[in-house]
Amino acid sequence: MVRIIDRRFDSKNKSAVNRQRFFRRFKQQIRRAVADAIDGRSIRDMDNGESVAIPSKDLKEPQFGLDRSGEWETVFAGNDQFAAGDEVDRPVGGGGQGSGKGRASNEGQSEDDFVFQLSREEFLDVFFDDLALPNLVKTQLASIPEYRSQRAGFTVDGTPTNINIVRSLRGAIGRRLAVGSPYAVRLREAQEELEDLLMRASEDDPRVRRLRDEIATLRAKIEGIPFIDKLDLRYNNRVRIPKPSTAAVMFCVMDVSGSMDEEKKATAKRFFMLLYLFLMRNYEKIEVVFIRHHTVAKEVDEEDFFHSRESGGTVVSSALELMKDIVRERYANGMWNIYGAQASDGDNWENDSPRCRELLGETILPYVQYFAYIEITPGEPQNLWREYEKLRGSAPNFAMQRIEGLPDIYPVFRELFKKTMA
Amino acid sequence: MKKRRKALPSPAEWSFELIDEYHREIARVAQEFELDTFPNQIELITSEQMMDAYASVGMPVNYHHWSFGKHFLSTEKGYKRGQMGLAYEIVINSNPCIAYLMEENTMMMQALVIAHAAYGHNSFFKNNYLFRTWTNADAIIDYLIFARNYIAHCEERYGEEEVELLLDSCHALMNVGVDRYKRPPKLSLEKETLRQREREEYLQSQVNELWRTLPAHELKPQEAQEQRFPSEPEENVLYFFEKNAPLLEPWQREVVRIVRKIAQYFFPQRQTQVMNEGWACFWHYTLLNRMYDEGLLSDSFMIEFLHSHTNVVLQPSYNQPWYSGINPYALGFAMWQDIRRICEEPTDEDRYWFPDFAGSNWRETFDFAMRNFKDESFVAQFLSPKLMRDFKLFSVLDDDRNARLRISAIHDEAGYRRIREILSDQYNIGTRDPNIQVWNVDLRGDRSLTLRHNEYRRRPLAGTTDEVMRHIARLWGFTVRLETQHVDGRVETLRELRNEKRRMPR
Repeated sequence: MVRIIDRRFDSKNKSAVNRQRFFRRFKQQIRRAVADAIDGRSIRDMDNGESVAIPSKDLKEPQFGLDRSGEWETVFAGNDQFAAGDEVDRPVGGGGQGSGKGRASNEGQSEDDFVFQLSREEFLDVFFDDLALPNLVKTQLASIPEYRSQRAGFTVDGTPTNINIVRSLRGAIGRRLAVGSPYAVRLREAQEELEDLLMRASEDDPRVRRLRDEIATLRAKIEGIPFIDKLDLRYNNRVRIPKPSTAAVMFCVMDVSGSMDEEKKATAKRFFMLLYLFLMRNYEKIEVVFIRHHTVAKEVDEEDFFHSRESGGTVVSSALELMKDIVRERYANGMWNIYGAQASDGDNWENDSPRCRELLGETILPYVQYFAYIEITPGEPQNLWREYEKLRGSAPNFAMQRIEGLPDIYPVFRELFKKTMA
Repeated sequence: MKKRRKALPSPAEWSFELIDEYHREIARVAQEFELDTFPNQIELITSEQMMDAYASVGMPVNYHHWSFGKHFLSTEKGYKRGQMGLAYEIVINSNPCIAYLMEENTMMMQALVIAHAAYGHNSFFKNNYLFRTWTNADAIIDYLIFARNYIAHCEERYGEEEVELLLDSCHALMNVGVDRYKRPPKLSLEKETLRQREREEYLQSQVNELWRTLPAHELKPQEAQEQRFPSEPEENVLYFFEKNAPLLEPWQREVVRIVRKIAQYFFPQRQTQVMNEGWACFWHYTLLNRMYDEGLLSDSFMIEFLHSHTNVVLQPSYNQPWYSGINPYALGFAMWQDIRRICEEPTDEDRYWFPDFAGSNWRETFDFAMRNFKDESFVAQFLSPKLMRDFKLFSVLDDDRNARLRISAIHDEAGYRRIREILSDQYNIGTRDPNIQVWNVDLRGDRSLTLRHNEYRRRPLAGTTDEVMRHIARLWGFTVRLETQHVDGRVETLRELRNEKRRMPR
């Protein structure tokens, strides 16, 4: 008696819970490892997992055991040279002629780290664990009761206000045709017969009379079919669907003027990517608008945004103007969560900076969830920074940071989107 | 030899029909050899499911714990990097006996696994006295379901972390949480659930009774001295805690019990590795060879089979880099083969060494040996001089008082008995694991618990002791100490963890 069972399609991740437990328990270590990993890797790698090493002493499961000192007498296989009573030197390094598997003590030996692989999702989970964009929770919570009612075909019952006249009458016509067609067929036949008969017989002929009676009955029957019936009624069906407030648009605004060198652009890029990844975790749909500017601003695709070279002066306000226009044109219907991220080296045409502050404060900040400005400069704060600084206190959804080099990105990112700012 | 029959197809890819067909033939041949087995349940699984099974110590259900997650991760890592292959099979000592077959296996491998697990291990599980005494194949799956549900229930009520800490502590005591001599009562799901609440109340009342003592100062000192608890040392530390730890909540006692029961379930496997694996190897080898003789298996099948088989039963020499001790598969297989040889073609030496069974009916001798021994006694009883010569066994004495190692015996007339004795001792759980028992509880005083380690051949406890002691202190809730009784009779207090808190420490 045997049972052969195919289990291959059963639930796969039986260990998922245990895996989660493991992660929870070693959260601190894993987070440290992930932070280290972020420091060391290119942001373009964000799509990969990460291998995390935890010192194995942190996760050993102790049991009572025996140390390798004292007296041990062990049997080995493959004697090729020994006779009873021979003496040999103790091999160096502990292992070698030890008891082989297991029993060797861990004392005094360097312990290997326990290394394992985090999947991309897990990696990002850890990475974003304690980050949340300001207002995010608020919008998401607020968005739940926001329903939009949407047409979803027709139903056979509903309230009179929802009756769909065209549909109902179309149904009525169909029903009348269907119910009346046997009569109509017979009526046509009867009329033909009558015409036939009238050629040959007189009005008084009983057959003619009978036919005329029948025709009258049929007509009455056809007319007796109700013009509209309860069966015909169709109501507009509306369903309430949650408003898609899970959509976000992210504006990446970057200065590509001559003063922004490749290195600064690379730094800015990492910043944008981190923001993008974070939004990706929180919104179902994200659009990204890339605006680059020197003296004039232009909406470009990602490739151009990061790679094409431009030179010239800098008028930051042009980009803000463009952003404002795009918001008005495409994202003003209230369904978008708008995020702005601006990167610049802070070098702006002197007279333009106050204008930027004005634009940002009056026409952009009121519409966006969050606007972050990073200034990538190793030196003194530039004029744009000084102007923006005036906004810092008054607008809670505005943040600014200075980044000096690659290693600053991660902490700055955390600083910008720290939960406490919400 | 029987009339040659048409060989079964042996494509690389298996199919359910073929597995069924092979199984039928293997079952028939096993029947001819009178192998007594539980009904079989063969389950095809993916490598990922195999890793899941690994992680939960081979059981199809188990409670959740981070350590299983850790095992899963390390298995997964090893497997994905190709550092290790997964076992071709896992077999569960249950009734019906569940054998997992991996879908990656070739048809040959599936047949091998069926013969090995579903007939070899299965018959061993069913008949060996250790398994018969200490495990209950009918109830284990039910019990695991009960355990998982119960622990999940505790997690809901008392929080995951609380339960996790408790499990950590229990796991630390798993190898001193088994009965070696007492027979455990039968387990069954309904009974467990029914009795669990009852037991909870009863246990608590017992413990309360035990600890309901008059303050110490009202007793005369010598009276306190006379009170001894436990009256005899208790080797099953988890059992002792379940029954007597003063501060455990009833649910905590039940969790201790669950861990203890599971440890007990695995205890026979640790003691019969050589026998059991050797037995399974012997039978897959014998069954498939018989089928080959009948013409059922193609030559290509046989070549592939022998290739796998020889890899499994390979015993490297001590000086080869991949040597990692005596391979239990190799030793076990060779011993069973050797026993058969002694029965069928005994030499004078065999007649001298094994007068009881040299020349006897090998099936009967096998049955007797399989039923009534464990590794330790099996080696002591059946390891023949010929086999010691074949394996070129020798023993090395490593005494830390001496500067050099000494070869204490080799495979010669003077050394046979000594080698057999040492090898047998190597498989003796009693000397492999430290011998630690609950020695005394100061019932009338500070409620401190004393464990005693009986030293064997001056082998000290390993460095993990401190951590295990912390777990013990957590379970006990009061001061705990560990003594060692040295070989010379001297008793030394190794560790003492003071704990004056009355609450269970977190």
